[in-house]
Amino acid sequence: MGYLGEIFVMAMTAIFIQNFVLSRFLGLCPYLGVSKKLDSAVGMGMAVIFVMTLASAITFLINKYLLLPYDLMYLQTIAFILTIAALVQFVEMVIQKNAPALYKSLGVFLPLITTNCAVLGVAILNTEAVRSDGLTAYNFLDSVLNGFFSGVGFTVVLLAMAGIRMRLDMVDLPKSMKGMPIALILAGIMALAFYGFMGFKI
Amino acid sequence: MSFIKELSKGIIKDNPIFVLVLGMCPTLAVTTSVENALGMGFAATFVLLCSNIIISMIKNITPSKIRIPVYIVVIASFVTIVNMVMEAYVPALHKSLGLFIPLIVVNCIILGRAEAFASKNNVLMSIADAIGMGLGFTLSLTIIGSIREILGAGTWLNIKLMPITYDPMLVAILAPGAFITLGFLMAILNLVKEKK
Repeated sequence: MGYLGEIFVMAMTAIFIQNFVLSRFLGLCPYLGVSKKLDSAVGMGMAVIFVMTLASAITFLINKYLLLPYDLMYLQTIAFILTIAALVQFVEMVIQKNAPALYKSLGVFLPLITTNCAVLGVAILNTEAVRSDGLTAYNFLDSVLNGFFSGVGFTVVLLAMAGIRMRLDMVDLPKSMKGMPIALILAGIMALAFYGFMGFKI
Repeated sequence: MSFIKELSKGIIKDNPIFVLVLGMCPTLAVTTSVENALGMGFAATFVLLCSNIIISMIKNITPSKIRIPVYIVVIASFVTIVNMVMEAYVPALHKSLGLFIPLIVVNCIILGRAEAFASKNNVLMSIADAIGMGLGFTLSLTIIGSIREILGAGTWLNIKLMPITYDPMLVAILAPGAFITLGFLMAILNLVKEKK
């Protein structure tokens, strides 16, 4: 299989088969918290894709050229989370200065992303991930693409959830089911649907 | 008196999972069995306790602008300690919790308590708060883990509980089961609250 095939497998795995939210349980807080309205879900999704791609790139470099050569792997958690926190802050400042319109739509979501476990999760998973042959470790491009596709996977289910929840507002539910309980059960049904993708052999 | 009050509020009134809805990722991911749930609960409680103590000690010398990065470094250090200790002494549990041990860093409960409580109160109160919240978290995880393990495997802490004829509901220990179990538990709690 060529490299394009490899990328296709990676995309399908990250978006459908091993979806970050529904089968890996990462990034649930924004998934349940920001999915009440469709437009805020779009903003959050875009911000997550952006930060995850950048974070994958930078943490890969830190891991390969700083932590591994100096035998500092036990500092991985601290190094990664600090990198992500600094990155998010930096991105926020750059966007605020150069693209005020974008800042208006993404701004409020950016600080929330630091504590989104999907970002730290993808950074740690990238260091352990192997390609579909089971041997080769991810290189720089693989890591960046994996970060990007994982972000897309997150956004896809976030948008689906927001779309359904907006319709749920008009449904007459028992009072005890309103809000979080029905959102969780909905997520459960979505996860069941996504389990259907598990059977795919690419 | 207020020590007891701070201690008990985390368990029922401000339960981090069922009432505050914080820390959803580990809650749903590691509750496939009671053993995992207890392991995660205690690991998070330890980190919460240590970070609350340190943060309430340094609250006066932390500049408010960079307080979040400072808190994260404190929390991440303790998570690293927990990670290494667990790898050395309980390798099986460490392996089954996997990625979710380093991810305690971004557990909203811990940063949330640091920001909302430990940065404003003294050391003693912060200890009470951490123990209460930690126990509330562990208890909730154990309840969810029990339901999922009994339904999905017919066992509780690896003790056979259901009759041999019981056909395990596999879905309960898969990802969808986690969402649905927690959803129904929250709905039942809401119902109880309404009746009061």
